[in-house]
Amino acid sequence: MADAFAIELKNIKKSFGAVAANRNINLSLRQGEILALLGENGSGKTTLMNMLSGIYRPDGGEIFVNGERVDIASPEDAKRLGIGMVHQHYRLVEVFSAADNIWLGRNCPKYPFREKLKSVCAEKKGWRRLTAGGKVLVCGAGAAFSERLLRKKRYQEVEKICSAFGFSIDPAKKVYNMAVSEKQTLEIVKVLYYGARIIILDEPTAVLTVQETEKLFEVLRRMKAEGHSIIIITHKLNEVLAISDRVAVLRKGEYVGTVETAEANEQMLTDLMVGHRVDLNIERPVVEKKKPLLEIRNLTVRNDEGVRAIDDVSFYIRGGEILGVAGIAGCGQRELCEAIAGLRKIESGEMVHKGENIVGLMPREIIEKGISMSFIPEDRLGMGLAPSLSITDNMLLKTYKTGSRPFSPFVDRRRGRAEAARIIEELGVVTPSTETPVRRLSGGNVQKVLVGREIQSGPNVIVTAYPVRGLDIHSSYAIYDILNRQKESGVGILFVGEDLDVMLALCDKIMVLCHGRVMGIVHASKTSKEELGLMMTGTLNLVRDDADAGKKTGIARDTNIREDDVR
Amino acid sequence: MVLDILAGFVYSIIVYNIPLLYGTVGEILNEKAGSLNLGVEGTMAVGAIFGYLLGCRTDSLFLGILTAAAAGALCGLLFAFFTVTLQANQNVTGLTVTTLGLGVYYFVAHAVHSRSNWPMMQDCPSIVKGFSEIHIPLLSDIPYIGKAFFSHNLFIYLGIFLAVLVWWYMKHTTAGLRMRAVGENPGAADSCGVNIPRSKYLHITAGCAIMGVGGYYMALHINGEYLASSGWINGYGWIAVALVIFANWNPARAILGTFVFGIFKALEVYAGSIAFAFPALFGWLKAVPPKVFTALPFLITALVLVLSSARRSKKSNQPAAIGVNYYREDR
Repeated sequence: MADAFAIELKNIKKSFGAVAANRNINLSLRQGEILALLGENGSGKTTLMNMLSGIYRPDGGEIFVNGERVDIASPEDAKRLGIGMVHQHYRLVEVFSAADNIWLGRNCPKYPFREKLKSVCAEKKGWRRLTAGGKVLVCGAGAAFSERLLRKKRYQEVEKICSAFGFSIDPAKKVYNMAVSEKQTLEIVKVLYYGARIIILDEPTAVLTVQETEKLFEVLRRMKAEGHSIIIITHKLNEVLAISDRVAVLRKGEYVGTVETAEANEQMLTDLMVGHRVDLNIERPVVEKKKPLLEIRNLTVRNDEGVRAIDDVSFYIRGGEILGVAGIAGCGQRELCEAIAGLRKIESGEMVHKGENIVGLMPREIIEKGISMSFIPEDRLGMGLAPSLSITDNMLLKTYKTGSRPFSPFVDRRRGRAEAARIIEELGVVTPSTETPVRRLSGGNVQKVLVGREIQSGPNVIVTAYPVRGLDIHSSYAIYDILNRQKESGVGILFVGEDLDVMLALCDKIMVLCHGRVMGIVHASKTSKEELGLMMTGTLNLVRDDADAGKKTGIARDTNIREDDVR
Repeated sequence: MVLDILAGFVYSIIVYNIPLLYGTVGEILNEKAGSLNLGVEGTMAVGAIFGYLLGCRTDSLFLGILTAAAAGALCGLLFAFFTVTLQANQNVTGLTVTTLGLGVYYFVAHAVHSRSNWPMMQDCPSIVKGFSEIHIPLLSDIPYIGKAFFSHNLFIYLGIFLAVLVWWYMKHTTAGLRMRAVGENPGAADSCGVNIPRSKYLHITAGCAIMGVGGYYMALHINGEYLASSGWINGYGWIAVALVIFANWNPARAILGTFVFGIFKALEVYAGSIAFAFPALFGWLKAVPPKVFTALPFLITALVLVLSSARRSKKSNQPAAIGVNYYREDR
């Protein structure tokens, strides 16, 4: 049995309604290897893994764990079989401490009263039998009862577990106070504590920084060395090549094949995943730049907690350029976007759009001026789209007041449907119909709908944050392409991104924020990843008041623009 | 004299607040397990009518309590079956339980009363005896304080004991931790191997049993007098729902919360005496018509509901997944 596969899937099928999410999938995981599961959005990776963790039940096919055929009917079954899954959206109770989150699934030891009672009764005679038997019962019940109490010592025990696995977690820290990477560590500790030998990670790196990802990979390598078998789902090809032993590829719910990582490269994996050749270069068309469309002067905005999230920020976006905004999570990108869209109160500063101050305008008025915002939050649906409404209805959300019948009390559904159909066709959204609720679509398709709608309204400034968050290569490139085409038609784009490689290739200029302050605005062609990284953490600050010239340095200027165009 | 009035006032506050405490503690058990059960009013009514009728027929307080708890538990089972097994909307189901419970209450009460075999509480000596004040040696003999706090009937001590027990259970046992997890994030609890339907059924049923006993207490409190129009529960179930929020989902705090609400109810009777005892401070109470004090708890309930739902606070203990049914394969 030593060389049996840790997991073997044979002809697994699963469909949701009329949509087949998995069709005859065959997959095997060797003992002690890291298998990367690769596939575009909606190719059925998560569905497949959810069947291993007991969330879904397969419609057909067989699952073998360590060579034995098993039926995984619930997460508890999976736990018993030693399969643990770290879900993409962490399954943690926010208001509980780390220790309580682990304690939740702890198996209380059972006290076999009957056997012990029998043996005691066999030994003792007469009234001694009675007292001894009573003692067993009382002590056993007492122990079982105290085992089910929440004691302070659980904190020490959880700390012990963590250090045994080589992690450091404060067991008393509440989950809502944790950073994303801490939550992930907690999830991994939890899974290990429940005795998992087979660990599944669903897009673990999607929300991590480069350094955190590197740390995670070290953990995975260590776990592999200790004999754990690991399946990791990720979109990032460089990560696949760095961490995995083999790569299994799914495409549209079907199993394409498995390749040894050593023999693979990015181009080959992409082609396998997409099914045809994809050009991996991001183009940066050169467009003749126009005057600034949107100028932000000395903007200060507070966040929900009342702290300055954007602190005296000035920049401008010109027609025909993509201005990237880089920064670590929480550096004020969100507040900046919300301020521009009119969703957040501005403390001080000016926002000038085509020579007109837009501070204090209603979001609708700002939209009518041609400034569109698409913000993709971590949960993807949070802002912009109404999940239970159909694609058509979501199209209408922004245009019901404009168009053919601006004052009519009735909505023009036919036009909305036509717009929906156009986006579905142009951007290749995979959906059963225009009337499908948005929440039923996979993440990539949801994002295409959102970005598509923003472009549909014909804006002249597009503010987009994380438009490719969690998207696969094919969809990401589709979105880059959309943005580039908009840029060519003279639109100014503010692109808040997270992947520095992409930003370097796609953006014309990059502004780096750190704690709400501008660390510098640089030309993408004249900077490097390292420099940006230093600026993001605040180690390097290019902005300095140049007293002699009476202006600031460290802000990239365009040569074909006069000083009085930009004050 | 003044102290006498004060002792009597506190005594009657406690008498009035205890049925609310039963309802509140029961509802906290429901809500902490993620179920917003709006059937408190109906559940209490059903517990009241069956507990009273059966208790009086058998002349046994114990059987009465048991019946009331069982009737309440049955309402809870109904709610759990619809919301957990059939995944029905919790608000609608809760309102249905209230409507159904009140309907059953009026139907049974009227049917029994119209055949003129309505049992009288004074004809049941052991119930009267069991419901009378318990004299605790030493404690009850403390002047004034003994009268205010230590000369109550069985239900009052039972209610406070239950509140403390539920508080302890939620805070200090693994089962309580799991139940809270189900109410906060059923997905997380599920992936840890917690049996969610079982936990929900258990806590909904137990909570509703407690509500039923609270209803029974209200019936006995007015001597089981047949009320054709207003009914015995008379909106107390709704106040209990609001008190859960007022108590911030903490059963121990619910003791305090119900006490505050009891003040207004007690003022209905004691306003005149208080005005007499403290003419300088509360003389104006004499001018207030007593009906105002009857209405006050409801007004404050409405205010609490509006204010607490308008205010978003991190400190609120409201379970995150309240009102949401959990279906594992949901996408």
